[in-house]
Amino acid sequence: MSGRFSDVQHLVRMAALFIAGVVVFLILRALLVPEGFGVWGHFRAGALDDNRARPLRFAGREACAECHADVLDARVGSKHAAIGCEACHGPLAAHAADPDAARASRPEAAPLCRSCHERNVARPAAFPQIDPAEHGGGEPCLACHQPHHPDV
Amino acid sequence: MKIDRRDFVKRTGTYLVLTSAAAAAWDHVVAGTPETAPNYRVTDHWWGMAIDIDRCIGCGNCVRACKVENDVPHEPYYFRTWVERYHVPGGDIEHPVVDSPNGGHDGFPERYGAVDGAKNFFVPKLCNHCAHSPCTQVCPVGATFDGPDGVVLVDTSYCLGCRYCVQACPYGCRYIDPRTNTVDKCSLCYHRITRGLTTACCETCPTGARRLGDLKDPNDPIHEFLRTHKVQVLKPQMATGSKMYYSGLDGSVR
Amino acid sequence: MDATLPHVLGFMYPNEVELQWSILIVLYPFITGLVAGAFILASLEKVFNVEAVRPTYRLALLTALAFLLVAPLPLQLHLGHPERSFAMYLTPHLDSAMAMFGFVYLWYLMAVLILEIWLDYRRDIVLLARSSSGWLRVIYRVMSLGIDNISPRSLEIDERVARFLTVIGIPSAFLLHGYVGFIFGSVKANPWWSTPLMPIVFLFSAIVSGIALVMLLYMLFSRMRRVAIDMRCLDTIGRYLLYAFIIDFALESLDLIHRMYEADESFKSLDFMVRTKLFTSQIVLQIILGTLVPIALLALVQLVRLGERARQRLYATAGVLTLIGIFAMRWNVVIGGQLFSKSFLGYTTYKLAFVHREGLLPAILLMLLPFAILWVLVRLLPPWGGGHAPEGPATPLQAEGGAAGPAQA
Repeated sequence: MSGRFSDVQHLVRMAALFIAGVVVFLILRALLVPEGFGVWGHFRAGALDDNRARPLRFAGREACAECHADVLDARVGSKHAAIGCEACHGPLAAHAADPDAARASRPEAAPLCRSCHERNVARPAAFPQIDPAEHGGGEPCLACHQPHHPDV
Repeated sequence: MKIDRRDFVKRTGTYLVLTSAAAAAWDHVVAGTPETAPNYRVTDHWWGMAIDIDRCIGCGNCVRACKVENDVPHEPYYFRTWVERYHVPGGDIEHPVVDSPNGGHDGFPERYGAVDGAKNFFVPKLCNHCAHSPCTQVCPVGATFDGPDGVVLVDTSYCLGCRYCVQACPYGCRYIDPRTNTVDKCSLCYHRITRGLTTACCETCPTGARRLGDLKDPNDPIHEFLRTHKVQVLKPQMATGSKMYYSGLDGSVR
Repeated sequence: MDATLPHVLGFMYPNEVELQWSILIVLYPFITGLVAGAFILASLEKVFNVEAVRPTYRLALLTALAFLLVAPLPLQLHLGHPERSFAMYLTPHLDSAMAMFGFVYLWYLMAVLILEIWLDYRRDIVLLARSSSGWLRVIYRVMSLGIDNISPRSLEIDERVARFLTVIGIPSAFLLHGYVGFIFGSVKANPWWSTPLMPIVFLFSAIVSGIALVMLLYMLFSRMRRVAIDMRCLDTIGRYLLYAFIIDFALESLDLIHRMYEADESFKSLDFMVRTKLFTSQIVLQIILGTLVPIALLALVQLVRLGERARQRLYATAGVLTLIGIFAMRWNVVIGGQLFSKSFLGYTTYKLAFVHREGLLPAILLMLLPFAILWVLVRLLPPWGGGHAPEGPATPLQAEGGAAGPAQA
């Protein structure tokens, strides 16, 4: 009997090695699979939180209303009424969080106005566009237009 | 790593479940994590966006705002969102001339002038947050995924940087962030929308060409938009379930 | 997209301008292809009883092992976070073909290749363990798992298990390389890659490259050992190479004809790319020099009676051209698939650096490494003689003329 076993002993040892390997793998797996994996789908549930935890740079127009309601009132009925404050004034989450520490700035008018209103054939025809060289006789935009209520 | 017995049993149980396909269908209703989004319930939302081509003026506000809000590398040619300009001479939709200088970040210098018979317009592009996204299908480890609220997100702490998802996206909206060597893409400003704000691009769009919509909210204006506009998605033949609905999309748009 | 991007022609989506998969990803299917092909050649003898190729059996297995050991390296070099790659074993995403990699690789390496080599060599390992000393003896003893028994019965059992292993080895080899083809073929976003034919095309070009490699190595080693080449063996290998080539060529032609006939939305863009950016690598290297010329040379051998030297030269030439051609094929698939825009309106250029993590230098080193490993393997486990290692008793007990046991082998 031992003669027969000795003929397959090497195979038995090899099989034992394989099984040991599988067991080690299963143990590693139990230890290393990240927490929360598989709760919502094939991903780490914590990733949803990681994506939510990014800092804000833009405050959103409702945040501006808290202190600057007067400006918003002034804009009612104007052509620019629907535009968010930060579309022109840039990211202001820091300012909204601490108005004195992070001051907002008045953007430079001409390049800003041009970025939307300079004539470009790809812009919808009905959108108000001008040729800066011809429009207004070389005067600065602010000479005639108030950005919060630009209608002349 | 401290493992007590209860934890070990829980982990063993968890991985055993993971090994079966049923793990993917296992849904929990979770109230969100109190620290970051106290009132946000994932299963209450299904995010999409309404994009109106006839309103886009190619100002580039969205591109600039996104780069600032999401800390996108300013080295050119990594974009979470960008704007393309189409010039369709003679209305020949099979041969458009398209350009996107620095993704539209600095606007579009006039190039065409009033050429008779040519159609010109802008098309904003971003991740389509597909309901059946081909990109998450190919991730080998689950580092990018379709969230339960319809936003396709990346787990940057898990991503291997194999770039398979970048290859699999039909819209070219993914890139590898050279600073982290992981994939990055539009997250629909997940950190904003879970707090009741809108995305940075929608916030700064001056004409309302881009408007975030919650398809699960019956009061959301996106439903009205979808009912009253002829809308399309990009590359419909790929059946990706894109949730970026374009109104006024021309046949020449790629 | 203009003056700031001189290497871009036309329009590309901004994030497409830079290639994602480099020469290292060209190398990976090339290497696993050689593994699969070498293994198929070995299995010709074991399973299909093509006895004529027996002299290359062990060499083919060792070649497969040497290349398989190197196969994960280009991938690790390419990954943004290679230290996280173990995640493929922890949380494999079952929808992703790439997630299979870890398990298929490990399965093929451990359960097929290493086992098969071990079983075929076991007798020699034990004899070498007995006859060597020092570190070498330790190595051989470990390889023999501490078992000293090489009785005829144990060897007969080995033979049967090995045959069974080769039978499962063949679909395993198909899987090892076929899934790579599926990785490309299943990407619907990329029309250059997306075709159901891709895994099969990859597989047959793998078989072609693997057979060519073993054929060349056999000739090379025979020269180095100053031993006569077994022409019957070489001619048989040459014949199988021709058969595999014909099937491979038929499949690739089918793909091409299909594309040209259907002429879908991607066709014009891809056609332009092949005529310009891929002209040298596809038309010249892959098709003409890498497929048509080797097929012609191999067919010539079948049709015209030629002397030994002439045939050897033809085989060597065909073999080298084949390897170049199959490498070019991998290049054309991987790099070609990224040179055109998914908008079908533009093209970019692949800038291959030399000294860079994903540059030409590491690629060259990675291609040389398997040969270095093979050299060590050949020294450690000589493939020559096909099992005729120094004669010895079945067990040490017999050597002492002690306990009764099976007759001496």
